[in-house]
Amino acid sequence: MDETASVPVKGNGPALAPETMKRAYKDMLLVRRFEEKAGQLYGMGLIGGFCHLYIGQEAVVVGLGLHMKQGDKSITSYRDHGQMLVAGMTPRGVMAELTGREGGYSRGKGGSMHMFSREKEFYGGHGIVGAQVALGTGLAFANKYRGTDEVAIVYFGEGASSQGQVFESFNLAALHKLPCVYVIENNRYGMGTSIERASASKDLSRNGAAWNIPGRKVDGMDVLAVHQAAQEAIAHCRAGKGPYLLEMETYRYRGHSMSDPAKYRARDEVEEMRRTRDPIETLKAEMAKWGIDPAEMKSIDDDVKAVIADAVDYAKTCPEPDPSELWTDILVEG
Amino acid sequence: MASLILMPALSPTMTEGTIARWTRNPGDAVQSGDVIAEIETDKATMEVEATEDGIFGKIIVDAGTENVAVNTPIAVLLEDGEDSSAADALLTGSSASSANVSSHNEPKADAPVAAAPAAKAIEAEKEWGPTRDITVREALRDAMAAELRRDEDVFLLGEEVAQYQGAYKVSQGLLDEFGEKRVIDTPITEHGFAGMAVGAALTGLKPIVEFMTMNFALQAVDHIINSAAKTLYMSGGQMGCPIVFRGPNGAAARVGAQHSQCFASWYAHVPGLKVVAPWSSADAKGLLRAAIRDPNPVVVLENEILYGQKFPCPEDEDFIVPIGKAKIEREGKDVTLVAFSIMVGVALEAAAKLAEEGIEAEVINLRTIRPLDTETIINSVKKTNRVVSVEEGWPVAGIGSEICTVAVEQAFDWLDAPPARVCGLDIPLPYAANLEKLALPKPDWVVDAVRKLFRD
Repeated sequence: MDETASVPVKGNGPALAPETMKRAYKDMLLVRRFEEKAGQLYGMGLIGGFCHLYIGQEAVVVGLGLHMKQGDKSITSYRDHGQMLVAGMTPRGVMAELTGREGGYSRGKGGSMHMFSREKEFYGGHGIVGAQVALGTGLAFANKYRGTDEVAIVYFGEGASSQGQVFESFNLAALHKLPCVYVIENNRYGMGTSIERASASKDLSRNGAAWNIPGRKVDGMDVLAVHQAAQEAIAHCRAGKGPYLLEMETYRYRGHSMSDPAKYRARDEVEEMRRTRDPIETLKAEMAKWGIDPAEMKSIDDDVKAVIADAVDYAKTCPEPDPSELWTDILVEG
Repeated sequence: MASLILMPALSPTMTEGTIARWTRNPGDAVQSGDVIAEIETDKATMEVEATEDGIFGKIIVDAGTENVAVNTPIAVLLEDGEDSSAADALLTGSSASSANVSSHNEPKADAPVAAAPAAKAIEAEKEWGPTRDITVREALRDAMAAELRRDEDVFLLGEEVAQYQGAYKVSQGLLDEFGEKRVIDTPITEHGFAGMAVGAALTGLKPIVEFMTMNFALQAVDHIINSAAKTLYMSGGQMGCPIVFRGPNGAAARVGAQHSQCFASWYAHVPGLKVVAPWSSADAKGLLRAAIRDPNPVVVLENEILYGQKFPCPEDEDFIVPIGKAKIEREGKDVTLVAFSIMVGVALEAAAKLAEEGIEAEVINLRTIRPLDTETIINSVKKTNRVVSVEEGWPVAGIGSEICTVAVEQAFDWLDAPPARVCGLDIPLPYAANLEKLALPKPDWVVDAVRKLFRD
């Protein structure tokens, strides 16, 4: 989206320009604070149903977002709040959808798992594991059909990576050289089943190898590493060379959904990740190393906090949808 | 300022739980995300995390307490610099009902049992002038060619649609005229290519997905229903899905159980879809053109046996048939026969036989299954006072069930006999020639069903 992201700084400077680092920091913090609040509102009964938090995985969507431009499309599963915020959808609209209010992106008819923005080219928010991979391949198909250099970023978890339609999609994308960046967010657990117990493929970045789809394994806890990989993958797709596969090694701190007792992993494992690999703390350290004033970071913290507080206020006070909404948007009229 | 920590709901259905233990003590500093307690419900043990940074101030509900209702204050969180007096002040000062949960209003909207939205009133069908006899196959091909010419966003994809010219030769000549960008052969992967087409449609392109037969669409049914039909609603009206899913439906001839079934009732069940089932060449051409232009997902149920049959079709270049409007193929005053697809022919043959007995049957060709043209059905039933539905599919929860219900609900006082159904037998379709013949509706079944209505 901005030029600075793709211009490497000369000499021994940081991997990202300071302004871009600040933007990445702000975006990651926005997602983190948003999700913390969502968890809190869920506990208060203001958010219902299923609610899957993105906490821990922020570097993935933020790092890719640095290289997206106007017209690029994205699509993901039900763990979608982070993708929406990075696509530029407002925290107010997303939070109000979570609380099921008329000011939500889907006017309260979608909920946590089903939000979309035509304007921001965000195509959902899909509740069926793996479905977004075939749909996202269609977004890339549309880009190519229209002859643009726009790309589609298609996010899915390692749990979805064994779905049959994922491999059908790889085949179609490779056959038609579709501009599709497949991003496997490998957070190690598909609900409660570890990747070792679910996939015989030990290197998911090679899952497209049969179709010659280039793949790369990336430290998804490090936004600088994600940025570099995203730059390469997106450039590959823009150049018309076909799909690209990124396996992001990441980690979710919270349960699969809010109702996850988390008995399938040791508490120490979670604690260890938070202490040593946290994407926000890692970037903060990098920023400090390159002389970014802590006061500036504090001011970003405060800004984000205010934005989230405003979103929460809005989502709590916005009215519920009118009962007449039951019968709208079933078919396009005319 | 000090704040209350409330008993959280940790699952969609949790209303209360037991505080198994506190993992922090009053005075401890906590950060957002730190585990502060463990809660047990009848389903699981779960951890409660702090959602704000601060000092863990005071425990209100002790460990071991059972049946603690969701949203009950269970502890106090202090800000840096506050002491426990702030917690006490908070507890005495407020009624501790800060959860601010909005009241959930019961919906007061009218909730009709009938399907919604009903078919919009459509003006009387236009006279289209001179006709020419063409096969249903040619009609379908002509419809696609006309729409491919008319709109650059329309494209066709499916197995064998391009180089092979269509497994049933429906797409004959289209590759030559429109090229491989717009007439696309796919691998035999219905789930993947249907999903890809739906994704393209969400961006505004207008794919026509050909399934070699509708039986294979079962592999893709998740995308037809969950992705195509529901996205408009789930997106609050932002994202429509202008797509056509088409292919031969129902029994062909001796191809066995997996290749012989009618899906009309399956798709008709789904809000967000439109479903059409042409019988004649004019139906096929007019309805398919309307389906391609429709901004919604439309399932077009064709019939392999009809592909080779010739019917008169208007020559007018603008010829189109509105979705949602049934057609009276034969007028009569004694009984209404409601049919669709190949069964329209069966109903017409039955009507001819009944005429020899002095019974004048009115034959309605539904053309659209969803939204159902109940107005045409009910007007006819009010005239004839008897109704028999005729379909090739299975009886249980079939289209006939819907027709009979509509007749009873909306024309009960006009009925002189109970509505009746003629359906395919409730069995997987057998292969043997004699058995297959015994399993599918034929004119005599319809004649018998009508005679029964007059016997009592």
